[in-house]
Amino acid sequence: MPVTTIDGRQVHVNDEGFLTEYGEWDEDLAKALAAQIGIDLTDAHWKVLRFLREDYKAKGETPTTRRVQAVGGVPVKDQFALFPRKPGSKMAYIAGLPKPHGCV
Amino acid sequence: MTTTQPAPIIPKFDDEEDAGRKLAIICSKGNLDMAYPGLILGNAALGEGVETHLFFTFWGFDMIMKSRMHDLKFSPAGNAAMHLPIKDMHLPQAIAPAMTGMATKMLKKQIADLGVPEVPDFLDQIVASGGHLWACRLSADMMHIHDTDLRDDVEGIISAAQFIEMTKGAQLLFI
Repeated sequence: MPVTTIDGRQVHVNDEGFLTEYGEWDEDLAKALAAQIGIDLTDAHWKVLRFLREDYKAKGETPTTRRVQAVGGVPVKDQFALFPRKPGSKMAYIAGLPKPHGCV
Repeated sequence: MTTTQPAPIIPKFDDEEDAGRKLAIICSKGNLDMAYPGLILGNAALGEGVETHLFFTFWGFDMIMKSRMHDLKFSPAGNAAMHLPIKDMHLPQAIAPAMTGMATKMLKKQIADLGVPEVPDFLDQIVASGGHLWACRLSADMMHIHDTDLRDDVEGIISAAQFIEMTKGAQLLFI
């Protein structure tokens, strides 16, 4: 696994650039990750990201967009508006989690 | 092996290769089990930023008809791959026709247990994700179905030629 420097600190990532260590993430890092893919984080983004972090901690896997709607309470349509085109993997990236592997 | 990268590795979310990618899915079946493949793949494609069109034809109309979409059925009849819940024993086909109600209930439960929505709800999600729904002109004419019989978010009843024109350059799936 490569180590890369983001926001002045070294973090472990996979070949695509997704963080691989849950504990290396914090909210400052999220801002830097978001900026790298052209997203400016608002409260609405944070609601999704905090749900992702909590759900991953509880379930051991990254929630899908469906689950973010059904359990996290953020409609899929809003997720597309917040994380354009590829909400599932973009929000996982910013939350420092692996891509969701669920199909739905 | 650990390698240190001087520059950050940024995922290629907006790859040029993917720009303009389109998927067209023809949904021609009205059985509960055959409704899902198109929904799952269409939903996945939308999540990857792919422009997605679902075209409903023949029995596929049951997925988008207001009066039928909540009541799709799964029948083990005629399905040689249908097994009993116990291991790999085949379901005797002679009793299969009588088992539609039970089999539908079981399948719905298995789908719900995975957090997968029911068909109408799934189509809501696909539309919310930017997917497009179309209905087949010939099937509608043949079965005397009007746009008022269909989900309000079906964008139109179109001919095969219009569909072909609209999906120029798309990858195509027939289900």
